[in-house]
Amino acid sequence: MALTMERLGVWIGAALTFAIYSFLYKDNPVYKIAEQIFVGISAGYWFIYTIFNILKPNLYTPLTSDFGNNTLLVLPAILGIFMLCRLVPKINWVSRYAISVVVGTTAGLALIRTLQSDVITQMSETIMNPFSGPNAAVILGKWILIIGTTTGIIYFFFSKKHTGAFGATAKLGIVFLMISFGAAFGYTVMARISLLIGRLQYLLGEWLGIIQP
Amino acid sequence: MKRQFPLVITFVVGMLVIVSQFIPHQPFGHLSDTLESWFLIISGFAILLGQLNLLKVNIIKIHRKVRNWQYYIVCVVSFVVMITIGILWGTQDQPGLLGQGSALVSFFGRKPFDYIFKHFFENLSATMFSLLAFFMASASYRAFRARNLESSLLLISAVLVMLGRTTIGTWLTGWIPEDLTYLHIPQIANFIMKYLQKTGQRAIMICAGLGIVGSSLRIILGIERSYLGGK
Repeated sequence: MALTMERLGVWIGAALTFAIYSFLYKDNPVYKIAEQIFVGISAGYWFIYTIFNILKPNLYTPLTSDFGNNTLLVLPAILGIFMLCRLVPKINWVSRYAISVVVGTTAGLALIRTLQSDVITQMSETIMNPFSGPNAAVILGKWILIIGTTTGIIYFFFSKKHTGAFGATAKLGIVFLMISFGAAFGYTVMARISLLIGRLQYLLGEWLGIIQP
Repeated sequence: MKRQFPLVITFVVGMLVIVSQFIPHQPFGHLSDTLESWFLIISGFAILLGQLNLLKVNIIKIHRKVRNWQYYIVCVVSFVVMITIGILWGTQDQPGLLGQGSALVSFFGRKPFDYIFKHFFENLSATMFSLLAFFMASASYRAFRARNLESSLLLISAVLVMLGRTTIGTWLTGWIPEDLTYLHIPQIANFIMKYLQKTGQRAIMICAGLGIVGSSLRIILGIERSYLGGK
């Protein structure tokens, strides 16, 4: 029976794939149904994932197994219930208390961690000896990294008008940024194409059995 | 009180997290960890809130019979089915209220929740994202028109990266002698990804990082209050 259900599952997968691709022709009821199934199932999946993987191990299990040592966890539980009060218009203001804890923690963590990982680490990685390297390509690469990053940052500095030498440097920054955007775009296109190839492999392999999956 | 107290909480919590990063001694030592675990729990409730709000919005749409309301029934049914089977029989490594559901496992070959995940969710999400490949083709046409220096650079680097990731890119420059490998398209694509692409990403990362630091300070100091909503 399990084998039949597995086969049925592959047929369902193929039908849903065609239903989504039917949008390429035009918006139609079949696509809309598949889209709503996707939304419903995604939401349901994350709901269950949150319960089993976040709330159960971090809140339910510690409170039920050892309440004495985890009494403080009652506080986030109450704040979590406050958060759900957002759904009740008359008392939705109590959710602000929970939101303020989340926002405060996020802001505090973001301030320190972003400063460490995104600002200081990236800056220190850019400060390097551009004259040393195993070959010319690496040395050239280092120069590009230093000049590109510096001019790119200058481009994002809007407190000074982009004129004269400052403007010329900012313009050079745009050049590096455009090359970077182009590369990122090309890379993303290839990622999407590989997903498309994956779908074709599914249809021709798992569903029709024409190619080896 | 309804607005001032949350601002005080944000300030106190935000400052405690910052201070605890610099003072590794009690009572600040474990404060950051405690607040992070609280944050995780409350965020979990926030995720549930989002899903329940989706359900509420869809039910309202069905009740009011808005345009195309029939499709929202599909969404609600899918959502309820997924939650029900998840709670009753659990997921791959978690038992549900009715245990592991061994009878259903032998029928479906896996738990019902995982069956829907594999055959519905995985296929739908992969197809939905692969659909973007087609729309990117039209976006590429608009973005890649070489009108000026900047768009020409965008075009050239994107084409080189795309060619470098395909067999045709290797084939096009395969005839170039070994001692000139740096002229091979895959090598050029690798160079672009390793250095040129990194410059832009690094500049954006540093500037965005400074922006995040500024925004975080504004939130902690109560200058930015939009997250409280309403008046």
